[in-house]
Amino acid sequence: MADPAGGSHRARSEDARHAWRIFAIWFVLSAVIDPLYYFLAGPHMPPGAETSAASGAQFDLNVVMVTAMPVVIAVVLYLGYAVVVWGAKRSGDREAVGGPKYTRNLRVQMAFIGVTTLIVMGMFVFGTVELIVPAGAGGGEGPNPIWTPTSKTILPIQVIAQQWKFTYRYPTFGGFETDQLMLPDNTTVAFHVTSLDVIHSFWAYQLGVKADANPAEDNVAYTTTQQTGEFTVRCSELCGLWHGSMYDFGHIMTKQGFEQWATSTEQKLAPATKLLPKFAYTYVPDANGADGGYYPDNVDPYSNVETYGASTTQS
Amino acid sequence: MAIDIRESVDVGQPGGSAPSVRQSNRPSWLGQHLGTAIIGAVAGYALGHFIGNSIASGYVHVANSGQNDVAVCLGLAFGVFGWLAGVGALNYPLAKLVGKEAPDEIAETGWGRYFRYTLDHKVVGQQYVIGVLLFLFTGGLLAMAIRTELLYPTNHLIGPGTYIAIVGEHGTIMMMMATSIVIGPLGNWLTPLLVGSRRMAFPRIEAFSFWIFTAGYLVILTALPLGGFPTGWTGYAPLQTESGAGMDSYLVGFAVIGTGMILAGFNMAVTIINHRAPGMSWSRVPIFAWSLLATSSLLTLATPLLFVAGLFGVLDRTALTAFFVNERGGSSFLWENLFWFFGHPEVYIMALPGFGIVAEMLPVFCGKPLFAYRVGAAGMVGVALLSFFVWQHHLFQSGINPDMRPLFMLTTELISIPTGFIYLVGLGTLWRAKIRFEVPMLFCLALYFNFLIGGITGVFLSDVPVNVTLHGSFFVMAHFHYTIMGGLVFAFFGGLYYWLPKMTGYSMNKRLGQIHFWVMFIFFNLTFFPLFVVGLLGMPRRVFEYAARLQGLNDFSTVCAYVLGASFVIFIANFVWSIYIDPRPAPANPWGSRGLEWQTPTPVPFYNFERIPVILSDPYHYGEENPLPVADLGLGGTPVAAAVLSGNGEHASGSDGGGPSV
Repeated sequence: MADPAGGSHRARSEDARHAWRIFAIWFVLSAVIDPLYYFLAGPHMPPGAETSAASGAQFDLNVVMVTAMPVVIAVVLYLGYAVVVWGAKRSGDREAVGGPKYTRNLRVQMAFIGVTTLIVMGMFVFGTVELIVPAGAGGGEGPNPIWTPTSKTILPIQVIAQQWKFTYRYPTFGGFETDQLMLPDNTTVAFHVTSLDVIHSFWAYQLGVKADANPAEDNVAYTTTQQTGEFTVRCSELCGLWHGSMYDFGHIMTKQGFEQWATSTEQKLAPATKLLPKFAYTYVPDANGADGGYYPDNVDPYSNVETYGASTTQS
Repeated sequence: MAIDIRESVDVGQPGGSAPSVRQSNRPSWLGQHLGTAIIGAVAGYALGHFIGNSIASGYVHVANSGQNDVAVCLGLAFGVFGWLAGVGALNYPLAKLVGKEAPDEIAETGWGRYFRYTLDHKVVGQQYVIGVLLFLFTGGLLAMAIRTELLYPTNHLIGPGTYIAIVGEHGTIMMMMATSIVIGPLGNWLTPLLVGSRRMAFPRIEAFSFWIFTAGYLVILTALPLGGFPTGWTGYAPLQTESGAGMDSYLVGFAVIGTGMILAGFNMAVTIINHRAPGMSWSRVPIFAWSLLATSSLLTLATPLLFVAGLFGVLDRTALTAFFVNERGGSSFLWENLFWFFGHPEVYIMALPGFGIVAEMLPVFCGKPLFAYRVGAAGMVGVALLSFFVWQHHLFQSGINPDMRPLFMLTTELISIPTGFIYLVGLGTLWRAKIRFEVPMLFCLALYFNFLIGGITGVFLSDVPVNVTLHGSFFVMAHFHYTIMGGLVFAFFGGLYYWLPKMTGYSMNKRLGQIHFWVMFIFFNLTFFPLFVVGLLGMPRRVFEYAARLQGLNDFSTVCAYVLGASFVIFIANFVWSIYIDPRPAPANPWGSRGLEWQTPTPVPFYNFERIPVILSDPYHYGEENPLPVADLGLGGTPVAAAVLSGNGEHASGSDGGGPSV
């Protein structure tokens, strides 16, 4: 086994020379690239800032990027340095004998493992906080969300996926169902995502919301709108033949405009709504033939989070 | 990590005896071979289909539906048995089953042996090389079709039905192939040579695993004439349950391939554990063997889940059970969890062998010992262990219990630590080396670059809030192509350039190898890096229509994908040129490696080692003035082992003195 500390004094100083050089280049590159990215590119990174979930996702993406780039720079720089500085002059040089015969170096190993562990644990803590504090960060939390928004008034919207179309039901506006997704500005929205057939995924890109649509399951995702604008909805779980064209567009409108749209659509669609099955969290009968809970009539559109849709009595 | 560093005193059976075979002068077209296997498969399919029709054609859900899944599944299953019986893989077990002595296998030397069920691990390894390349190129051609369709956002060159069938077929073929791309060819060919054995632990299982692997290839190909399957390689229910007959090929195909994976992994693990030569303690096992051991334990432990899930799927489709049907008391989450409980260890099945290959080659081309050998071995075992605890990160947005998500985020990110160990080994070995840029070394360095991108983007995906945007997008697709193709496939080709001179006895053309490398490396990155951006900009996976603003990036990726595809033609040209057109015999040890496999003559004789070697040191003592030989091969002269291990003289005598006894 080779000597752990690198043998002679000269070998050690040679080590230190290379290490310092690599460290210095790495430090300069990271110190330049990271802030450049964060301040120049960061604010324009997807998914934008239309909702709290979107700006949260953008911030998280930027933080992960700023953490990851020095790591990438370090390894790529090291590989490049090795290729340039430690490459044999001729590739066929059979006599080439490598440098010092290090087979281990406890300090380097411990430092390497310690740094990776620190980064990983830091990422974990950051990711968990960013998941829990913004109420699930726009991701589908299943039928029993444990991280709920602080806002006590939440507009529930049901997303019903089927091959190969999304429709949206507004239970607090008489339960009409439409293929238009309109949201009011500055409002916390709860998407109740379900499917009538196979697994789909409701991906409202600019909203920073994604939740799988499972048959017989209510998958809830929260976000709060911050700006008016358009957004894209795509199915992001392979659902068969026309999966690729299962998309549409939604709008975030002013609160006033939204209420106008919602009440007028409610009236316009009233005859059709009467023919629809009553609002339920899921529309696929469960094993006993029952089909989920029903939404109470005549409720405040922006319901209290504890009571909206709490009724599970079967008719 | 308690790695036993003591001199091994009792390492089980050192693989002294070779399988009982006889040599025959019979012409090779007589007897059982690929041809009889094809006949068996066709006859088996016909028989199974007939039985299925007789059983089920009157069922309510079958009659007048134009689709009889019972007939298709039985046809495929009988076809596989026909294939195995036709090639002779069932002779031994069937003979034993009825209490008779099995006929001896024939040891051939001619061309015919490559088309037979054979017990020589080196022939099986070579069969596997051709097998996985066939698999890889089939999947690659399908990838070209996918990229071609994505040239235009809304104009279609192939219809959505064909497109979705091709996407599923490409993914499944590649995933099946990638589980065996290293374990199969290099693993089977090299393991006995790496550990100093004359054979694999179970030569019949080894040959069986190859022939069932090819059967799986044929089964998954039948999906195309049966109309394809629309689920992608993940096969999510309930789409799975309602799909056409191509889905049967997927389910049966995965069960068949899975059987081969379990057997191959089991065989590999037993060989590495029990067939190490005397003196090969755990601290002297080549690092590639460590990675094979970690991989084979994953194969053995994870794949049964896939088999069971596939069986449930077949039952749902044929016998109308309801394992995955929500409305009838089953759960689509059951498939997702069973599949990914297999699927995530599987992606490490596709990473670890690559790490092993590069770590094995680095010291040779750096002229330095491997840095932090134990950390590397621990990293491989650590990745293998942790890989069983991360599967729900595929289901972050699926509606599973939300409180599981921080836990699975943690386990997923923890995998970076043992993966970092493997980087530590690589980077430490490069430290102040004198790097010889031979072709295999170029692939090594490329792996460290590509897998870095693949691994770091994996951290993005493991972060749940970021995952909300990235899940199910092209970002994921680019990420796993960087790890599997950028990691494993690059390592595989590096390994081929490195070991083919030993396997075939001929040197590969260096100039063509360099061109192959540079074209593949540059255009791999140009193909897949833009797809990270495409995914970030909101393009979901497996779609045939996308936003018009993404056309530029998609077209760039498509054009680069064509060149990437062409780079494999350079490899084929090199292979054919160097081995058939202008064969130049390779020296026994062209790279100056100290590895045990290079101490054998070229071509490697049937029994590998005339005497079972006695291992004296680990194979990484490069650049030393007078290093100890890695092993005492017992080929006359002063027995080094006796001199060195004076206190452990029994090792020298432990080398079972019998030479080849054909």
